[in-house]
Amino acid sequence: MTISGIGVSPGIAIGKARVIKKQAVVLTGILLLNDEEITIAIEKFDKAVAVSVIEVEMMMNNHDALQGSEGVEILEAHIELLGDPQIREDVVEKIQTERKNVNDAVIEVIQAAVEVFKSMDDDYMSARAADIEDIGNRIVKNLTPAIAIDQDYEAGTIIIAEDLAPSDTISMDIAKIAGFATQIGGKTSHAAIIAKSRGIPAVVGCGADLKSVQDGDMLILDGQSGSIIIDPDQETILKFEAKRDSWLKELSLLKSLKDTPAKTIDGTEIHLFANIADSAEMENALEFGAQGSGLFRTEFLFLGRNDFPSEEEQFEFYKAVALKAKGKPITVRTLDIGGDKQLAYFNFPEEQNPFLGYRAIRLCLDKKDIFITQLKAILRASEFGKLKIMFPMIATVNEIRAAKAILKEAMQTLTDQGTAFDKAIKIGIMIEIPSAAVIADLLAKEVDFFSIGTNDLTQYTLAVDRMNEKIKDLYDPFDPGVLRLIANVIEQRHKNHIEVGMCGELASDPRATFLLIGMGLTEFSMSASSIPVVKNKIIKASLTEARKVYEAVMQMDNSKDITNYLQEKTQ
Amino acid sequence: MISKDYIITSAEGIHARPATALVKLTKNYKSIISIKKGEKTVKLNSLLNILSLAAKGGETISIIAEGEDENSAMEAIDQFFNEHLKDL
Repeated sequence: MTISGIGVSPGIAIGKARVIKKQAVVLTGILLLNDEEITIAIEKFDKAVAVSVIEVEMMMNNHDALQGSEGVEILEAHIELLGDPQIREDVVEKIQTERKNVNDAVIEVIQAAVEVFKSMDDDYMSARAADIEDIGNRIVKNLTPAIAIDQDYEAGTIIIAEDLAPSDTISMDIAKIAGFATQIGGKTSHAAIIAKSRGIPAVVGCGADLKSVQDGDMLILDGQSGSIIIDPDQETILKFEAKRDSWLKELSLLKSLKDTPAKTIDGTEIHLFANIADSAEMENALEFGAQGSGLFRTEFLFLGRNDFPSEEEQFEFYKAVALKAKGKPITVRTLDIGGDKQLAYFNFPEEQNPFLGYRAIRLCLDKKDIFITQLKAILRASEFGKLKIMFPMIATVNEIRAAKAILKEAMQTLTDQGTAFDKAIKIGIMIEIPSAAVIADLLAKEVDFFSIGTNDLTQYTLAVDRMNEKIKDLYDPFDPGVLRLIANVIEQRHKNHIEVGMCGELASDPRATFLLIGMGLTEFSMSASSIPVVKNKIIKASLTEARKVYEAVMQMDNSKDITNYLQEKTQ
Repeated sequence: MISKDYIITSAEGIHARPATALVKLTKNYKSIISIKKGEKTVKLNSLLNILSLAAKGGETISIIAEGEDENSAMEAIDQFFNEHLKDL
C-alpha cells in the first residue's frame, strides 16, 4: 500500500514505523471556589512556566549539534513565549474573573491565540500556531506530574505522528530517526523545517491514511516525491536502497561544501555567485552556498506578457529578490532584449543580423522611457538590499557615458521626489563585445566593475553564430583568441583597480577553473547547482599552480591542446 | 515620548527570530516601548503580540518609546531596524 503526502525534506528512509500518540489536553470544567484557590492557581501557573523554561533551556544545552541552527532559534522563541506577559495576563484574568482552574485557563488562552495565528493570511505566521500550541502543552504538562515520552526506539526508525511539535522533534534522539511522516502540516510546518535542517527525509500532510500504519510496520519513505510504501517487497526495498545510497553520496558532497569557503589551498579567496532570474532562484541559490548573485537577468519579468511592466511592478519584483538575498550583493543587469529575445508587445524592426543589431543597451539608449523606468525601479529596490547595476552589450566608452547620464537623470528624479535609494550604488558593465575587452583599460575608468559574458564574447570574437548547426563546432571559449581577451579584461583588476567577475558559461566549466584563477579572476557567477562542483575544484587549487597553468595555456596555439591539457590538470 | 517609523527590510517580515531579538532588546530598558502597525499598537515585551501584528517585509511600522531612557532605547531600536534586521 502506498500513501502520498507532501515531500518536504528530500531523501529515502527505509525502516520500521514507530507511531507516536500524544496524550490529549482536555478541559475539566472545574471552577475555583475561593480567593485562596485563586492564589494557589496563579502560583501553580508561574511554577509550571518556570519549570517549562528550565526544560527548554536544558534542551538547548543538551543539543550542541543544534547550535546556530533553526532548532535553537525555535527554542529561544519558545522561552520568550513561555514568559510572555500577554499570555500570563490573559491566564490570570481567566483565573481571577472567571474562576477557571489553571489547567482550563491555560488551554483556553492558548487555544484563542492558536486560532488567531491559524487564521492569518500568511503561511509562515499560521504555521507559528504550532509553536504556541507547543508551549501551551508544555505548561499544561508541567501543571501535573510529568508523563515521560517514550524515546526507546531502535536506530533507523521512521516516526509516524498526527503532527510533531517543535519540542517533540528537538527532544527526540535524532540520530536514531531515519524519517518522519505526519498526517497534517505543510512546507512551513515545524516538522518540515527541522527535518530539512537536520537532513532527515520527511513527508507531511499525509491525511488520515497514515492512521493505517502500525507500530513495527516496514516502511519506505521518499521525502522527495512525498510517498510512503507500507510493507514493500524485497525487490522494491533493493531499488530504494540503491536510490538512497546515491542520494546520500550527493548529499554529503553538497553538504560538506555549502559552508566551506571557496578558498584555494594557498589562501586566495574566491567568491561564488549565482545567475538568477527571480526571487525563488535567489533563495535556491543560497541553499547551494552562493554568496549573492553576479547576474540577475531582468528579462524574465518582461517576457510572456502583453505590455511593459510598470515601475511599481518592476520595483516589487527587484525588491523581492533583494530581500531574499539577505544583504548579499546582487548584480542587476538592465534589460537585454532583442537578438533572440523578442517581446510580443514591442515591434522590433526586421533585421539582417539581429545579434549585431538593435538590442540590449542600444535599444535602451534609444527608448529612454523604457530604460529610465527600469532604472528608477532598480534604484528604489536598492533600499532593500545590496544591489549593483550592470549594463549589457557595451562596445564603446561613449555608450557607457550615455547610460550613466540616464542613470544620473533617474537618480535626480528620485531625489527630487524625496524617494530613498542607495546613492553609492555600484555601476558596471558586461564585457561581451570584443571591442570592450580590448579597451577594458579605458572602460575601467568609467565604472566600478566588469562582468565577462563569455557566451557572447566567444560568438563575437570568433564570428560564429552558435545557432548555426553547420559551424557550431567553431564556437569555442577555449580558443586562444577568446582566452587572450578574457585575460586582458582580468588584468585590469590590478592595473586599473576594478572589480572583475565572470558570469558566462565558462565560469561554471570546471575545466576552466584553474585557468581563470591563474589569470587572477576571483569572482565567478553561475547556475546555482554548478557552485558545489566549481567549489570542489577551487578548494583543491593553489594560486601558484593555477598561474603555471595559465602560463602554459598561453603558450598553446589551439583550443584542442588547451582543453586536453586542462582536462589532465583538473583530474 | 519619541516615535519613529521604519520600513521592514527583512523578506519574511518580523517573524519569530527578529521578534525574539526585539523582545530581548527591550528588556534592557526601563522605558515602555510599543510597536504600531496600522491601527494596532502592542507592547514590545510580548512575543505573542508582536507576532500577531504579522508585519511583513516592506511594510511600515512605528516604534514608540516612553521613559527615562527613551533616547538610548530608541538608539538601540534604530540600530536593530537599520542594521540587524536584514541579517535576521
